[in-house]
Amino acid sequence: MSITAFLTDSTLCIGCKACEVACKEWNQIPHDGFDWKGFSYDNTGGLGHSTWRHVKFVEGGAVPGIGGNSPESFSWGFSSDVCKHCENAGCLEACPTGAIVRTEFGGVFIQPDVCNGCAYCVVSCPFGVVERNPEEGRAFKCTFCYDRQKEGLKPACATACPTESIKFGEIEDLRETAQQRMNKLQNEGFTDLYLYDPRDSSVGGIHAFFIVRGDPRAYNLPPAPEVPTTYLRKGWLSAGVAAGLMLAGTLLAFSKGRNGSR
Amino acid sequence: MSISNINSRDMREQRLHEIRRQAERGSAPVSSAEPNYAASGASAENGYYGMPLLKRPQWTVEVPLYFFAGGVAGAASVIAAVGQMSSADRKLVRDARWLAAIGGAISPALLISDLGMPSRFLNMLRVFKIKSPMSVGSWTLVAFSNSAAAAAVFGQFQKRRGNGAIRVITDTAQLASAITGMVLATYTGVLIGATAIPVWNEHVGTLPIHFAASGTSAAASILELAGNQSEALNKIALGAAAVETFMGVAIERKSTPASAALKSGATGWAMRGAGLLSGPLPLALRILSLAGKKRSRSLRRAAAISSIAGSLLTRFAWVEAGKASAADNSVPLKLRTKATPDRLSAPSE
Repeated sequence: MSITAFLTDSTLCIGCKACEVACKEWNQIPHDGFDWKGFSYDNTGGLGHSTWRHVKFVEGGAVPGIGGNSPESFSWGFSSDVCKHCENAGCLEACPTGAIVRTEFGGVFIQPDVCNGCAYCVVSCPFGVVERNPEEGRAFKCTFCYDRQKEGLKPACATACPTESIKFGEIEDLRETAQQRMNKLQNEGFTDLYLYDPRDSSVGGIHAFFIVRGDPRAYNLPPAPEVPTTYLRKGWLSAGVAAGLMLAGTLLAFSKGRNGSR
Repeated sequence: MSISNINSRDMREQRLHEIRRQAERGSAPVSSAEPNYAASGASAENGYYGMPLLKRPQWTVEVPLYFFAGGVAGAASVIAAVGQMSSADRKLVRDARWLAAIGGAISPALLISDLGMPSRFLNMLRVFKIKSPMSVGSWTLVAFSNSAAAAAVFGQFQKRRGNGAIRVITDTAQLASAITGMVLATYTGVLIGATAIPVWNEHVGTLPIHFAASGTSAAASILELAGNQSEALNKIALGAAAVETFMGVAIERKSTPASAALKSGATGWAMRGAGLLSGPLPLALRILSLAGKKRSRSLRRAAAISSIAGSLLTRFAWVEAGKASAADNSVPLKLRTKATPDRLSAPSE
């Protein structure tokens, strides 16, 4: 078995949402409601308990020239978002039941038969991916198609993607593919490309990296995601001080009360 | 909206008519439940249409109530143990033990009812994970609830018979409940501090102290209202109110983007109100009660009521501030624009 990853190349994405549909069908996820967001063709909004692939529609100003549109029309950027399957995964570390595990493929997987819906993973994800289903009670997110991978199949989204914007494969191979693709596009004149793969941050790298045009922040991709376990030291230290203060204060109050009550 | 609802033809037709009516009024058919993000585009300045990057904490009202109950119970067990050690009067020790035991019984009930799948609460005890504050807290709560209940029940027997074995059991249980109680009253600060929510993790270094002071002042106040006039309680609550005053000032002085939710909007006012009720107000009342003997009792009563209300409001304010903070994408994206919750609620026209 090998360690796998997604490479989502937004320069190839046409915004067809086949990945969203394929993901929903294969994983039998409930629908999201019958609502229009009203600000773009993105009516899904974001990843959540019932959305494990989500196509972002980034509408920008006119970008004439290579890869852009005619001066009088808007430019479009599409990018299919997904759980990042972090190397240091906040959700996995936070899970008190051990329901969230690392699979043999390197992905982060919530075992639905163990999760009890405490929702602590929800606040521990620096990418805002995991969500508790309010009706059903448990937390859900992309499984990295663990079931399909075990059968040697590609995840449903990568299989359904008509432009191969979503690539799936061995992680080191894909990193190389990403670099080659970056070089190729840069040689063709794309000057605003960005390979989103925060390996220097405390999440220590992700299993779903992205090639986007422009600033990744326009895609709500955080520049420096932090795994919340980095705050533990400071927190427990403070708890130690707090406990000490409680004890000392109570001791002091009672001892004074005995010797010289006012 | 449940699946069966949306699949029903009537619902869909109804929704289409609703959209038509909205369109006729000239406004875009936007889901009424969502803030309007149309005003901000997707850019390096706004992020993705100003939409939240982080998920909103999904904890319901049980969780802040639990923070309160657990904090009170933990602090009460410390008061009981130290009180007995210092030969405080028996009623105070007994009341403190029962307060710890009752809080220790209510707490798991609150936590279990917040679970998405309450029937699976025992899964919390499947594993012990030192790096998960939720796991550490679950185990602590189990140890606390049992020891606090044992201390209260056996302590009651001890009064009647004074048996040697029962005394040993009571003292052991009381020691165990005091030690776990100190963890219980403080870990909740670590629990929310060690998360991805900006307003919480920015204050991870002070939240446990804030919560411990809040629990301690509420515990002492409840014991006072239960008819204990011990001067020690007044001093404990006075010290805790002083710490809370300090916390309130520290929060007010901080003006980072991550702490915006503590100072603006409804959550800001809740935090200020909570700070006032648990800090300066009871502090002043208790100092006055020390000065003059005349109205000392009623001053302490008023301080106690204020502290309890403040403690409860403090927990709600912190949880709600976390929800407001999660909705603001400017902190995790390190946007230059100032953190403005009002940007999210601004009308489109």
